[in-house]
Amino acid sequence: MKTAENTATLAPPAKKEKVSITGSQAVLNALIAEGVDTIFGYPGGAIMPIYDALYDYHEKLRHILVRHEQGGIHAAQGYARTSGEVGVVFATSGPGATNLVTGLADAMIDSTPVVCVTGQVFAHLLGTDAFQETDVINITTPVTKWNYQVTDASEIPEIMAKAFYIAKSGRPGPVLIDITKNAQIQKIDYEGYTPCQHIRSYRPKPIVRKEFVREAAALINSAEKPFVIFGQGVILGKAEKEFKRFLEKSGIPAAATILGLSALPTDHPLHMGMLGMHGNYGPNVLTNDCDVLIAVGMRFDDRVTGRLDKYAKQAKVIHLDIDPAEIDKNVKTTVAVWGDCKETLPLLTELVEQKKYPEWIKKFRDCQQQEVDAVIREELNPTTEVLTMGEVVKAINEFTGGDAVIVTDVGQHQMVACRYAKFTTTKSNITSGGLGTMGFALPAAIGAKFGAPDRTVIAIIGDGGFQMTLQELGTVMQSEVDIKIVILNNQFLGMVRQWQQLFHDKRYSFVDIASPDFVTVAKGYGIEGNKISKRADLKEAIEKMLNHNGSYLMEIMVGKENNVFPMVPQGCGVAEIRLK
Amino acid sequence: MLKQEYTITVYTENHIGLLNRIAIIFSRRKINVDSLNTSPSEVEGIHRFTIVINEFEDTVKKLVRQIEKQVEVLKAYYNTNEEIVWQELALYKVSTDEIAEKVKVERLLRENGARAVVIRKDYTIFETSGHREETEKLVEVLEPYGLIEFVRSARVAIIKASKGFHEKLKEFEEVEPGAEIVENEFLDKQDEVFSM
Repeated sequence: MKTAENTATLAPPAKKEKVSITGSQAVLNALIAEGVDTIFGYPGGAIMPIYDALYDYHEKLRHILVRHEQGGIHAAQGYARTSGEVGVVFATSGPGATNLVTGLADAMIDSTPVVCVTGQVFAHLLGTDAFQETDVINITTPVTKWNYQVTDASEIPEIMAKAFYIAKSGRPGPVLIDITKNAQIQKIDYEGYTPCQHIRSYRPKPIVRKEFVREAAALINSAEKPFVIFGQGVILGKAEKEFKRFLEKSGIPAAATILGLSALPTDHPLHMGMLGMHGNYGPNVLTNDCDVLIAVGMRFDDRVTGRLDKYAKQAKVIHLDIDPAEIDKNVKTTVAVWGDCKETLPLLTELVEQKKYPEWIKKFRDCQQQEVDAVIREELNPTTEVLTMGEVVKAINEFTGGDAVIVTDVGQHQMVACRYAKFTTTKSNITSGGLGTMGFALPAAIGAKFGAPDRTVIAIIGDGGFQMTLQELGTVMQSEVDIKIVILNNQFLGMVRQWQQLFHDKRYSFVDIASPDFVTVAKGYGIEGNKISKRADLKEAIEKMLNHNGSYLMEIMVGKENNVFPMVPQGCGVAEIRLK
Repeated sequence: MLKQEYTITVYTENHIGLLNRIAIIFSRRKINVDSLNTSPSEVEGIHRFTIVINEFEDTVKKLVRQIEKQVEVLKAYYNTNEEIVWQELALYKVSTDEIAEKVKVERLLRENGARAVVIRKDYTIFETSGHREETEKLVEVLEPYGLIEFVRSARVAIIKASKGFHEKLKEFEEVEPGAEIVENEFLDKQDEVFSM
């Protein structure tokens, strides 16, 4: 566990003698003082002085050479998501930096703490269209929580400290520090590293207004059909225990957003499933039936709410969030409890009455039964010959018991995995939620494993998304990381095909995607693999994959034109969810 | 609720790039900024943005929260025109020959509160300040006499009810500031807060 307090002891005391070091060394000293052990990066001209300094730090800092900077930042995101620490990325100027943009946007919308250090051309060349010069600060401004260009090395210790503080405090997010080459080379009188604990213009942790907690509690206590919806805020706030205690005392049924999954064990009696476009039937339908809706650390994304003017109109809404800009952004709240849910949840727990809602929960169970009959039974125990994505996920559950980290890409397989994967442990569901970045899973899984080395990491990826970043198999090979890759191949860009089937008269426009022989590709990287298409081979193949020492790729051929249901069609309210 | 003019006042650190960070909050939502001014504030080292937009109050509220979310922003306020005192400055360049011949012009200028900044043989520059309608009216007045150049500044505004930022800044500098600084101000203004 790294906190500002104990990193302070790592840093030399302030009155220590000055030593002369380069800006590059100051960057690396900052990383060590912040407790960083892993960097994902790719060298290049403008960041060479930092890489040169890294040569001498290789015992303290592990550097994972990725195959593309996008892979680097997704890996750092995966690392941050499983470890709860800040992910760190190095990239060079120009194309190196622009390749980070997708990952920055992903980390921004999914509130992932990442610090990117990019090299930049010499300060005197800024604005001259120098080789590999690009205006990284302005390109990344909309997709970073904070960014800063360093042109003088003396700024580096303070700026790095601010970068880490901003990335991980409050609502976390990505930070980019662009350092000109001259500043990397420049010598400074170094007096040690002081972690940042305060920026006067920045208020990461609001003071909790107790009167609003009281109002929220009163509203909850007066409710007959209260419903909790929770998001990643519970995980980012490290408030899983507080959240569970709140639920268990109040007795309120709860459902997760996609990024909230694993904050509460899947088989918890009050866990009613997943919200959203492909979420569970009950949580969607009953959102429009509850009388008090309690949103915890979630942001009412349009994929969760469907049509806003048909969303929970009958309910009083309580919104617990650390980010004041989220309150009333999409859904008008009745009571807003602004604050870190680690603080607000216990206050609320204390004031809510111990209750049970058997009749109300029965409604969820009834809906669940309808969903089982219409969708789930056939998906998990298909009567058709072809394999379904759902039965693969179910088979994985059987072997892992829900203890694995499941990393998913984007599309049908993501929705199926999130619907059916079992989670016993927090920080186990790593996926690109807000941005929907295809190509996320493979690099994120690499990072996820470095962030949680003792856990089994399984990347479930579609045939389309895998081909977006499959060069990271090179990173898997070279770093010898142990990840299990499951490609669910339906020979289509499945989610787009599903929409074309349902809403575009089956006009399958450019969704028919050809794939290489993935097992052979993996073999080329020295990664063992297997391809199956029969139900009879499924369990044995999964067992073999999980028992394999080292990374493994398994390609599973699944039904070509299977659809993900239930579904809230775009432009519809959550209660208009379709079971078929 | 109708769209109306709102003046957003933002107290910030002096940080390169912050102007862009604030500007893209508007451009991302395709909202036109009518006027934007950056200047020092009453507190040394603290900058003050004055931004004018024509929008619904609900939208303005959300924009202000997004602005305040930026790391280098200390505080953002929004006000209607009734809640502020504001001015814009305008400069007008006209031919000296043209106006020297016509005594009427001088009277018109005086009536509009304009004063001459520069008088040269070839041209004269007048200056006036006031609300948009006032500076615009003088354009109409001068146009018949050959207005060579016209320019108007962004709006600068003082919030009538504000006590300034000196005291607030002291609180911001505290590691554990009082409730006044971190209080959830907008919550107090909520229309339908549930009460027991």
